[in-house]
Amino acid sequence: MIDLAFTLNGAPCTVAAPPFAPLSDTLRERLGLTGTKEGCNAGDCGACTVLVDGAQACACLIPSAQAQGAEIQTVDATQGAVGAVLARLRASFLAHGAAQCGICSPGMLMAAADLLLRDAAPDRAAVRDALGGVLCRCTGYAKILDAVLDAAPKAVPAPLAGEAVGASIARLDGVAKLDGTDRFGADEAPADALWLRVVRSPHASARFSLGDLEAARRELGLEAILTAADVPGVNAFGIMPNLKDQPVLADGLVRFRGEAVLGLVGTREAVAAVRDAALPITWHPLLALHGAEAASAAEAPQLHAHAPNNLLIEGRLNRGTPARDVAHAEGRFTTAFVEHAYIEPEAGYAQPAPDGLGMEVFACTQAPYMDREETARVLGVAEELVRIRPSACGGGFGGKLDVSVQPLLAVAARKLNRPVRIIYSRAESMASTTKRHPASITARMAADAQGHFTSYEFDADFNTGAYASWGATVANRVPVHAGGPYRIANLRNRARAIYTNDTPAGAFRGFGVPQAAIATESLVDDLAEQLGLDRWEIRRRNAIGRGDTTHSGQVLHASAGLPECLDALKPDWEAMLAQVASHNADEPRIRLGAGIACMWYGCGNTSMSNPSRMKLTLARDGTLTLFNGAVDIGQGSTTVMAQICADALGLPLENFRFVLGDTSRTYDAGKTSASRQTFVSGRAAMETGLALRRRILALANAGDDAALRLEGTQLHVGSARVIDLATLPADLEAEGRYDPPTTALDENGQGTPYATYGFAAQIALVSVDTGLGVTKVRRIVAAQDVGRAVNPTLVLGQIHGGIAQGLGLALMEEFLPGRTENLHDYLIPTVGDVPEIAVHLIEDPEPEGPYGAKGVGEPALVPTAPAILSAIRHATGVTLRQVPVLPHRLWEQMR
Amino acid sequence: MGMTAYHRPTTLLDALAIRAGADVAVLAGGTDIFPARIARAAWGDPTHRDVLDISALPGLRDIEETDDGWRIGCLVTWSALARRTLPPLFDGLKAASREVGGMQVQNRGTLVGNLVTASPAGDGIPNLLALDAAVEIASPRGTRLLPVAEFLTGYRATALAADELVLALHVPRLEGAQGAFRKLGARHYLVISIAMAAGVIATDDTGRITEARIALGACSAVAQRLPGLEAALLGVARAQATRVPQPHHLEAITPIDDIRATAAYRRDAALVLLQDLLEARA
Repeated sequence: MIDLAFTLNGAPCTVAAPPFAPLSDTLRERLGLTGTKEGCNAGDCGACTVLVDGAQACACLIPSAQAQGAEIQTVDATQGAVGAVLARLRASFLAHGAAQCGICSPGMLMAAADLLLRDAAPDRAAVRDALGGVLCRCTGYAKILDAVLDAAPKAVPAPLAGEAVGASIARLDGVAKLDGTDRFGADEAPADALWLRVVRSPHASARFSLGDLEAARRELGLEAILTAADVPGVNAFGIMPNLKDQPVLADGLVRFRGEAVLGLVGTREAVAAVRDAALPITWHPLLALHGAEAASAAEAPQLHAHAPNNLLIEGRLNRGTPARDVAHAEGRFTTAFVEHAYIEPEAGYAQPAPDGLGMEVFACTQAPYMDREETARVLGVAEELVRIRPSACGGGFGGKLDVSVQPLLAVAARKLNRPVRIIYSRAESMASTTKRHPASITARMAADAQGHFTSYEFDADFNTGAYASWGATVANRVPVHAGGPYRIANLRNRARAIYTNDTPAGAFRGFGVPQAAIATESLVDDLAEQLGLDRWEIRRRNAIGRGDTTHSGQVLHASAGLPECLDALKPDWEAMLAQVASHNADEPRIRLGAGIACMWYGCGNTSMSNPSRMKLTLARDGTLTLFNGAVDIGQGSTTVMAQICADALGLPLENFRFVLGDTSRTYDAGKTSASRQTFVSGRAAMETGLALRRRILALANAGDDAALRLEGTQLHVGSARVIDLATLPADLEAEGRYDPPTTALDENGQGTPYATYGFAAQIALVSVDTGLGVTKVRRIVAAQDVGRAVNPTLVLGQIHGGIAQGLGLALMEEFLPGRTENLHDYLIPTVGDVPEIAVHLIEDPEPEGPYGAKGVGEPALVPTAPAILSAIRHATGVTLRQVPVLPHRLWEQMR
Repeated sequence: MGMTAYHRPTTLLDALAIRAGADVAVLAGGTDIFPARIARAAWGDPTHRDVLDISALPGLRDIEETDDGWRIGCLVTWSALARRTLPPLFDGLKAASREVGGMQVQNRGTLVGNLVTASPAGDGIPNLLALDAAVEIASPRGTRLLPVAEFLTGYRATALAADELVLALHVPRLEGAQGAFRKLGARHYLVISIAMAAGVIATDDTGRITEARIALGACSAVAQRLPGLEAALLGVARAQATRVPQPHHLEAITPIDDIRATAAYRRDAALVLLQDLLEARA
């Protein structure tokens, strides 16, 4: 430890810190300035950006010793020139919707402040250069660029009662995300918490035996070394109700590199100082099965007793009899593991109750009630004894639907009977948590002479990794969607989830549908080419619409706006084709290409109940509180629920307070996944508002259209009646619940798996440097049927972010276990990679949805990668059937 | 972690004594050392060599013009280099300085650190080869100058002895010369090069090439000059230079297959990068 003196946010600061500790650590853990975030500790993500002597720098790359005598400014700065610039930027970020989950926002703000202090009126290119070192996984950067460029944004005025739905209000949780006060998983823990570090398997497949752990514990100065034997309940977790196949701590056998083996508990210094090699673990490596093909081979060892041939599940859909036709296309396609790359690694703490039974877990999550169930089982206690308090969630995208730190923390806290905290390293997060399933797809498609699709066949193996996670969900969802949003009478679809010794694959924005769309949209382009049809035209001719029947036999009675999406894109498409033709006429090397793709996406669980329930109270003191269990992972559900509920009740948003996502205080609103929160929980929020409104109207004996106004405890109902809430015998309380109507799928995959579907189409303009095989996406135009845009700014944010992730899937993202476990070898798009994006919002109202709304989050990602592939083909004549299209892969195909 | 000693001397004499007395990691900007440390710790090795932080040493943050050229101190950051007014000779190095990592890394990372790390993908290295730079090395035994090509001895290996520190780089003057750089990566910003080409070209009054120094990075364990190509460029009209590079000029490179690209692609891309590098500019 050394004593350091420097200037921090304009004031003198002294602190004792280890000289080699990163400055980010000293700021967070010794000075309590948790507004500075740590996303990678390797200078790869920029979340920890601070100003050092006026220049932006990653605090994670600066030894604390170098802070001596320096002037450090963080997101907490309020004074001086930095404070003034930050205040302006915060207001602008808020107004533009430039913060979603908020984990990168402090870094973005500091990088932007660095620029604006040097250059008060920068152009877009200068802003890109300044922000190039900060990764954002939510926004697609567009709104961030707008916010930095627009110094004086106009805030949307607070909507009047009944006018919240459709208003682009600033997110209600936005201020805390921009001033550094939001509490993410790593930002809060009891002062007396011990630290947990997980020892993970370096082998993909191995048996292991443990030596004298007690001797090791004493020698290493630890409080405990946890093993499988320390799990008080069932040492297993998993998404499927009847398949808990993943141990909290491995019991003598590991099935993937990164699997948890031991838990080291002690002081932070003690657990951090342990070398894994000093622990008494004897490894006996076994043959590892990498990839679904190896695991499906006849001689492959069986990885789980319940899964012969390593087959977890097969999903099917059969309709009619597929056959060849005038035009016939087929292909084999492969996709890679894709990492969620949320900028917040998993973190949190567990606090045991003094009774030896109860447990509170504070951590980032997308599914608090599922976490509660998993944690309770692992502890061997009733679910009601576990309280999950979600932290702010620094990005999820499906990756925080499974438990990660929760059961480990609970086991440690129970064993030690003390609070225990953990922060995953970036490598640990990437090596141990779920990924998008790699897919190996064979598909065929046929069309008649008029270009009408007549048959479709799809056969895919999805590598679900070592444990099931959401593999069954992927296998069930994919056959329903694989054929694409087109009228096709004859289909035969198969999707298998295969166990391997790779990292577990789980939920990731789209549950397998993006992989399937890559195959199908490529075949659609093949058919168009064979028939001499324009690629837009063939899609428009086949686009499924209102009154049509889906591949699972469901009639789309309403809200099926794909034809409208395509029509909206037609002028852009024609212009893009003309631009390509004109450019390419005299440019042999840098070729332009235009591409197009469509998608559909069922909102909510596939043929499974997924209810949401909410509560609204109007207390006798005049406090109006929405108890909303939906976890906002940055997409904006907290704001959207409020807008819906406010209009249903008939009071303005400013009257509302909120209790959010705490299993001891809110009802189960289900998980934040499957594009279900706006649709399902939004409908529950609407029902809740309507229920309270009915109570109020009944109490006042007023008519349905009576306007409400709340002034203190005086509730005005219509023009004549006033209820004095203070005089009521009890608080007014109402609940609402919604579970979308679905039916089970039969053995041929026929039924009504979803109550509603989102639809979208996108076109992409790319340039390809044919000399180097480098693709640059120049422009994307999206059209998406969202039913009703409850908050257009938030909807655009979802679409922009989905497109950025789709671009990454298409061009650069490939997780290789053991090789790309950081954010410099695993590449996600930076601010320099995401093109200009234009969006047409199509609002074909969904009668089941709140005010016509339906899900938005996943659909935007699905068409992007196939549209880019279609554009690359247009530019080069080369059909890519493997993603990501790294430069060398495109080059090989072009040769 | 607690066992790592941390030295931050304020005189060169002290720094050299520490360096000679123990196996230390020399830290300036920290942009290579911290990522390597976190990667090891993530898989169970939290130990680290003692650290010699040279950032408090005086007089090493400047680019000075000397009789023969320029002396770039070992604490000169990428950003400082990009900001400094320098002749077109340095345009390639300056271009690299704007493409290393993001601005956070450019503001802290040093050119000398990039050289000493000696990664095949170090963006500064082919530029220093093209600039014919020499490395000023100090030890208790005195100072010596070593050409960059001799300083680099292999994959992440240098000729630096255990008691030596790099104090500066010396870039010789070359009148009328123009530097250039081409970097190839799979994304914009924050990207490790798949391959790169750097060059310095001097021409006479008639536009003929009088000197050509061309180097490739990320195409071999060590970045290297291409003497065959350089010779072929001599006397060629500058406007025709882009036509000169041929596959046989690349016989000495030994690209590999890795997560970023294949060897075959790198070899082909390197030729395209060289042609682009030599494209005549208005």
